[in-house]
Amino acid sequence: MELAFKISTAMKDVPTHYCPGCTHGVVHRMVAEVLEELNIRERTVGVAPVGCAVLIYNYLNNDFMEAPHGRAPALATGAKRARPDLILYTYQGDGDLASIGFNEIFHAANRGEKITVIFINNGIYGMTGGQMAPTTLPEQVTTTSPDGRDVSQTGFPVAVSEALATQATPGFIVRCSVHDGLHQIQTKKLIRRAFQNQVDNRCFSLVEILSTCPTNWGLTPQQSLEHIRDNTLQHYKLGILKSPEEV
Amino acid sequence: MTKVLMKGNEALGEAAIRANCRNYFAYPITPQTEIAEYMVRRLPEVGGHFVQAESELGAVNMVYGAAAVGERVFTSSSSPGVALMSEAISYLAGSQLPAVLINIVRGGPGLGGILPAQSDYFMATKAGGHGDFRLLVLAPAGVQEAADLVMDAFDLADKYRNPVMIIGDGMIGQMMEPVEFREYNTPEGIDRSYANTGAKDRPPTIVKSLFLDPQQLENNNLELLAKYRLMEQHEIRFEEYAVTDKMDVLVVSYGMMARICKTAIDELNQEGHRVGIVRPITLFPFPSSAIYKAAARARKVIAIEMSTGQMVEDVRLAVRGRRAVQFYGRTGGIVPTPAEIRQQLLKLIK
Repeated sequence: MELAFKISTAMKDVPTHYCPGCTHGVVHRMVAEVLEELNIRERTVGVAPVGCAVLIYNYLNNDFMEAPHGRAPALATGAKRARPDLILYTYQGDGDLASIGFNEIFHAANRGEKITVIFINNGIYGMTGGQMAPTTLPEQVTTTSPDGRDVSQTGFPVAVSEALATQATPGFIVRCSVHDGLHQIQTKKLIRRAFQNQVDNRCFSLVEILSTCPTNWGLTPQQSLEHIRDNTLQHYKLGILKSPEEV
Repeated sequence: MTKVLMKGNEALGEAAIRANCRNYFAYPITPQTEIAEYMVRRLPEVGGHFVQAESELGAVNMVYGAAAVGERVFTSSSSPGVALMSEAISYLAGSQLPAVLINIVRGGPGLGGILPAQSDYFMATKAGGHGDFRLLVLAPAGVQEAADLVMDAFDLADKYRNPVMIIGDGMIGQMMEPVEFREYNTPEGIDRSYANTGAKDRPPTIVKSLFLDPQQLENNNLELLAKYRLMEQHEIRFEEYAVTDKMDVLVVSYGMMARICKTAIDELNQEGHRVGIVRPITLFPFPSSAIYKAAARARKVIAIEMSTGQMVEDVRLAVRGRRAVQFYGRTGGIVPTPAEIRQQLLKLIK
């Protein structure tokens, strides 16, 4: 019999600690498959964030360093500048990247660092137990916005990708989603392009991925996917926000 | 090798290049910005890499990234900037990465001033960041020694896989002195098996300081402690000057302050007094035993610093109550003159 499917060689065959319905596992697998397809696993170094995905190095089968909260793009910068032959990617959540690490991501993008950023945006702090993030939707209930996010006091959701895309430095900046199969296929293609850009020594690449957090959203896995479709997408538009071809 | 006249900050940078370091990341801050201005010219000549970071946080985390891929790397800053770096310094220590950090100290607290001070002794030796760790701290007393210690710092960082800090007051960065760079060869057999170099024909390496299991974290901390004990056995450095039996006063002082003290001591000894000095070169590990022994040969002991009294605490611990340890210090960027030190020492001699 022909083998129809097997686990990516860039993935370790172990169960993850992620909650049921969390999309980290889906995105981990996409990254692993891209590393395998582009045949770059053996020269790839990942930078783990602070947050639920800090343990990504238990699941992906490439070298990893562990960043202080928000600083992953700076680590990737130092590593890539010191060893341009390596492929560097960061994997960061929205508390990590959009809040405490905004300065690091902004300047890494603006310097045009030849790194790849996987940005998981689920609009909440997962690991610390469901606090409001800069990316939390208006009126969304979290443990630190118990009456719903009040935009008059806390502002509107931070649109990191749009902010980065306004700068003149060439880059590849996209937003996608993993709430259904069709969008997952698109997301995988964009992740592949983001790594291909680095293989070609082309530009900074960031893939923002709208993701779930059923546990802290207080929703079932199915409801969480529907929440992205019905609510998150109203605030975060999908698409290619910046592409090196434009410049 | 010939002597060249160089500004301290430039000599620090040149010494790093000669120690085969090719990576430097920094953010401007007075009084050490000349290091970056020197490195941006010099590094491209040797195929090196420099990024002017977005902040000291950016700079030190770039250092972390370059260290994690197994490359020699350093950064430099001054007091408030180093404080900002303390988060990543702790990560470097926790994940056992070699790196060199230079602090050209200015007066504090807060924004403080830009003139020379020694008020970061506590930060360097006790509180480089959160958690149970130590930096190996080297304190030069001039441009030549600064250049020599930079080369040693890279070797020590690799030997112990621990960050090493060079701490110099602002004067060392700004003054010009003749310096001769010694021949340098990178030690053979440095173990880079920890580094993230791509998992080809081997399992992935993971550079990390997260240990959720308390037993694993304690084990890591004990591993660090064992390295600090080894440093105490093998790396203590100090200079003794005019240390004799039956001294009237033993001075303990480091860095440029010690040089000023020496001038005063020379004068006093020519007049027939007996004053000696122990100058710690490693602030951690601290030369406690040497100070204890020298203190026993003196009637009185005094620590002299450009601070309100930081190293003096370690001197008191070293002396173990055998002598009362006096203190004299100026702060805020005021550098005591030899005449001022002489006056203080004469008070003790009487």
